[in-house]
Amino acid sequence: MSDLRAAFRGRRGDFVLDAEIAVPAACITALFGPSGAGKTSVLRAIAGLERFDGKCSLGDAIWQTDETFLVPHRRAVGYVFQEASLFAHLSVADNLRFGLRRAAPPISFGFEAAVELCGLAALLGRSTPELSGGERQRVALGRALLSQPRLLLLDEPLSALDRGARDEIMPYFEALHRTLTIPVLLVTHDIAEVERLADRLILLREGRVVAAGPLNDLLVGDALGVKQARDAASVLPGQVVAFHAADGLSEIAVGGRALLVAGRAGRIGESVRVRIAARDVSLAATRPSATTILNVLSATILAIAPVSDAEAIVTLALGETTMLARVTRRSLRQLELTVGAEVFAQIKGVSLLAAPRG
Amino acid sequence: MAFDDLAAPIGLTLALAAITTLVLLVLGVPIAWGLARWRWGGKEAVAAVLALPLVLPPTVLGFYLLLLLGPSGPGGALAGMFGGRTLAFSFPGLVIGSVVYSLPFMVQPVRNAFEAIGERPLEVAATLRAGPWDRFFTVALPLARAGILSGAVLAFAHTVGEFGVVLMIGGNIPGQTKVLSLAMYDYVEGLHWGEAHVLAAGMVLFSFLVIAATMLIERRLRRVAE
Repeated sequence: MSDLRAAFRGRRGDFVLDAEIAVPAACITALFGPSGAGKTSVLRAIAGLERFDGKCSLGDAIWQTDETFLVPHRRAVGYVFQEASLFAHLSVADNLRFGLRRAAPPISFGFEAAVELCGLAALLGRSTPELSGGERQRVALGRALLSQPRLLLLDEPLSALDRGARDEIMPYFEALHRTLTIPVLLVTHDIAEVERLADRLILLREGRVVAAGPLNDLLVGDALGVKQARDAASVLPGQVVAFHAADGLSEIAVGGRALLVAGRAGRIGESVRVRIAARDVSLAATRPSATTILNVLSATILAIAPVSDAEAIVTLALGETTMLARVTRRSLRQLELTVGAEVFAQIKGVSLLAAPRG
Repeated sequence: MAFDDLAAPIGLTLALAAITTLVLLVLGVPIAWGLARWRWGGKEAVAAVLALPLVLPPTVLGFYLLLLLGPSGPGGALAGMFGGRTLAFSFPGLVIGSVVYSLPFMVQPVRNAFEAIGERPLEVAATLRAGPWDRFFTVALPLARAGILSGAVLAFAHTVGEFGVVLMIGGNIPGQTKVLSLAMYDYVEGLHWGEAHVLAAGMVLFSFLVIAATMLIERRLRRVAE
């Protein structure tokens, strides 16, 4: 499958866009940034709905160069807009078939598969005005997928929904991980959405790419500016390696270390995604011997950044991965912990997020 | 009383209104689309020219149409190609005049309907592989159908009721250009009150039925579109 490469330059009034991005296949890349950063402009430029100078290609399909510009309906994109924008004059089923009818063969993703993936069986006979916000967005997702896209663009598909609808629809977007092999670019300004859905992150500010890379690298890095937040967290890909039935605990391999989580995390060998909140991680200078905390891992301090008079956020290296800990500055001082020190990270809580692509 | 004389003007009027409405559908809908979608600065000037019949006295419009359709105008030249001398005082001339006169009644509601659709459904259709013609016929037209219905009914009703323009360019020739409103005028002039009453009451009933049917259909269309 093919990667997306795009670079756009241009000006719209006060807004200046100068962004170059790469979106690898078979993963979800979040295009993240504050409103007005140009996220939607980039997405629209990729789809050909807006024209900036630059270039855009998907694998060996050239969509835009300095001399050429392919019109939107000749680009194999699937686009889900912020508001579902279902065709009001068509039934749910005809909305779904709109793109399918016009798609170039071969049809690899059929009507039944879309109905299954997006949970649409109960909605097919309904008319579009009677659908809820979440249902409309599921139909829009199915409709986009049925146009047999080689690139899926999601423009804040959850932001117009209330919390309940968002929780209801999230699993359908998470399911994209397991089924899609094409690149997916998700525009969002909600870090919780990023943590649950994205494998990679592109940080956009004022029309420029500030940082890009694997999700956790950005979550624990400085560019994103979220690691100082109270709900800062590390999000790591892992794999279920064992289930200890006697204790009711699953063992998950994360970056060469083993974490124990309560309950059955999934089938053995299944890929999962774990979230570890910075304030659920405490540090000890020596290995604690008597503790109820299950996960105590040796780590090295990579960086210490004060976030207030009282607290600091500590970046830790654990094997191949990095993780955040939010601790008091007083404790750091008393334990004489500085950059480079070997410590033990005590992880009080590990939550399972969606399974990444398995 | 000569009720037999009523059939010709009524038939002629219905034929004129129907043909005018059809021509306006073919002509007015694309014009409305252009006015709704163009991003060209001068388009409001075009819109204003097309809307002129709304405010011009019909006799003024009729005067210019007479010059255009007459033997020394382009209409005469056109008639010459078909072996005629003039388009004025003929049924084709009436159709042309009616189309011009009723154009704003078709264009305005349809343009409003196209503008109300917005960019989004068309962009969605484009990302679903629909080309420009495809988008027009399968998305824009169906979504604007309530407005198109309004425009067609207004244009039809307006054509049925026109008087000044047809008088100027039609010449009131029985069976050819003597439409209902002119017949009505003649009956009153000639003190044929009976025929005038039948015509007038018929028009009231007809207009009521048209408006009522339109409102019902439009309400259903809008409900579907919401």
